[in-house]
Amino acid sequence: MSAATAANPVANPAASAPAMRQVGLGKAVGHSLTLAGRNIRYIVRSPATLVDTIIQPVLFLVVFVFLFGGEVAGDWHTYLQTLVPGLMVQITLYASVGTGLALNTDIAKGVFDRFRSLPIARSAPLVGAVLGDVVRYALALTVLLGLAFAFGFRVQTDVLSVLFAVLLVIGFGLTLCWLSVLIGMVAESPQAVPGIAMSLVLPLTFGSNIFASPDTMPGWLQAWIEVNPVSHFVDAARGLMLGGEVAGPVLWSLGSMAVILAVLFPLAVRAYARRARS
Amino acid sequence: MTDAIRAEGLVKTYGSTRALAGVDLTVPAGSILGVLGPNGAGKTTTVRVLSTLLSPDAGSAVVAGHDVVRQPVAVRRAIGLTGQYASLDEELTGFENLVLIGRLLEMPRREARARAAELLEQFGLTEPGARAVKTYSGGMRRRVDLAASLVNRPQVLFLDEPTTGLDPRSRNQVWSIVRELSKEGTSVLLTTQYLEEADQLADRITVIDQGRVVAEGQADDLKRRTGSQTLLVRPGDARDVPRVSRILAALIGGEPTVDEDAGVVTAPVDDPVLMSALVRRLDEDGITADELALRLPSLDDVFLALTGSPAERAADGRSADGTDGTDGDARSPMNERSAA
Repeated sequence: MSAATAANPVANPAASAPAMRQVGLGKAVGHSLTLAGRNIRYIVRSPATLVDTIIQPVLFLVVFVFLFGGEVAGDWHTYLQTLVPGLMVQITLYASVGTGLALNTDIAKGVFDRFRSLPIARSAPLVGAVLGDVVRYALALTVLLGLAFAFGFRVQTDVLSVLFAVLLVIGFGLTLCWLSVLIGMVAESPQAVPGIAMSLVLPLTFGSNIFASPDTMPGWLQAWIEVNPVSHFVDAARGLMLGGEVAGPVLWSLGSMAVILAVLFPLAVRAYARRARS
Repeated sequence: MTDAIRAEGLVKTYGSTRALAGVDLTVPAGSILGVLGPNGAGKTTTVRVLSTLLSPDAGSAVVAGHDVVRQPVAVRRAIGLTGQYASLDEELTGFENLVLIGRLLEMPRREARARAAELLEQFGLTEPGARAVKTYSGGMRRRVDLAASLVNRPQVLFLDEPTTGLDPRSRNQVWSIVRELSKEGTSVLLTTQYLEEADQLADRITVIDQGRVVAEGQADDLKRRTGSQTLLVRPGDARDVPRVSRILAALIGGEPTVDEDAGVVTAPVDDPVLMSALVRRLDEDGITADELALRLPSLDDVFLALTGSPAERAADGRSADGTDGTDGDARSPMNERSAA
């Protein structure tokens, strides 16, 4: 009997499901917020995280605008306008890698065991980590937009549209961070997380319309860019901040968020439950 | 409540490895149970099952009156757990770590802060409590970790190898904290690789090996079964080992243990007078000894007496079955891959 239950952990529902139910939803939210607060404190406390969050946007903006801007768009002022909404998506994606890294570090350090030995909702450490990361995305986006404005980036629409663009991009980060969570749960060690994550994030960001118009690219690349959800988010952000088509790209974006969540969220939660039970 | 912990027939299997092969143990309320065993014996797995981190494949356990499988949240409310590795947030201060736990236990902010300050003071950590944990020494980490498991004033405390890797001074500090807690009525289950630690702290000792309980009793019982002391001889010339072994056998009226690689002969003895007799015999035979000592029984001696095989060999035997030699006990928590 023991072999059977070991091979199929789902066959032992008493292990996890009732444990969740015994902690009320309201309390679960409270636990999650407490742990999100811890993760926010972490951002300020850990210089590496802070530097990552601040340096990356600055670096990408400066390098691409001044190094490639003239070549790609004729002059860097023009390039700045099209690049900034795209960089918003890219920066958020990069920041989402941190979610899995932080979770895996907690597991390796045993902090996770400590949380799990407390009478808190089993989902709280996961939800707390993801919520805390919203602050990191917002911080990175603020740095990016602040510097972009200083360089002369000008919004062609209104404040509400920009706000919607920012929320949409953060929503994308929250969606794709489940990929990061999944990697964080599967990876053997914290050191392994960024490597795996970046090898997935790079084709998503560079294989998109963020940096250059796909018109001059080979057909197979155009085909990939067409299905890459990142491109639709970039289109949506451009439409919302610079004018142009909004409804189509936004619908595409929301649709791809739903699909990605439907696939990744159950996988990530299952990996989490499995890791938590071993 | 009579028993703080009662476990029956706990089984946990990882793939083809039986980490627990039917462990029974009991901790009467207010007492300290020492779970003694070598690396890979199943000590950590036992603690993880009893503290609800792991669900058993078979068997049952009741901790603080609640079933670990059916009422895990109730169990968690009543227990404190200090793992083998300090499970603290390195970036936060000691104080912040304790406050975080208080807040997760739904204490109001002020109460959480007061409890954190109280624990730090109790453990002599008020001053370092304001610094980030990553600046702490091993002993300080362990004490803060211990404090973290006490925030909820647990009825039952699990300590997984609480002094492994600590210097003697820090070890003594941890010991006195555990004694103090026990005096206040906390029931304690502690795992250890050191017979001395179990002897110092525990009211009763359960010895486990390869996922099974191989002996249970008071420290004195176990020591009586292992001989109260061990006589160790290392002849200056390794070729004398068989002769020394024969001499010792004649003196104790039993078969001594010979470690050919180390060139050492050991035997359990009850009467320290044997030492001087041995010295005379070695002298008569013209054997010089590089090392000649009378010491307390080591875990190896206990294992030899209880299982007929030395602890090290028992652990090595496991690695032949396809697990790494250190097994789950030595691995970082949760880092082992689930078999499922």
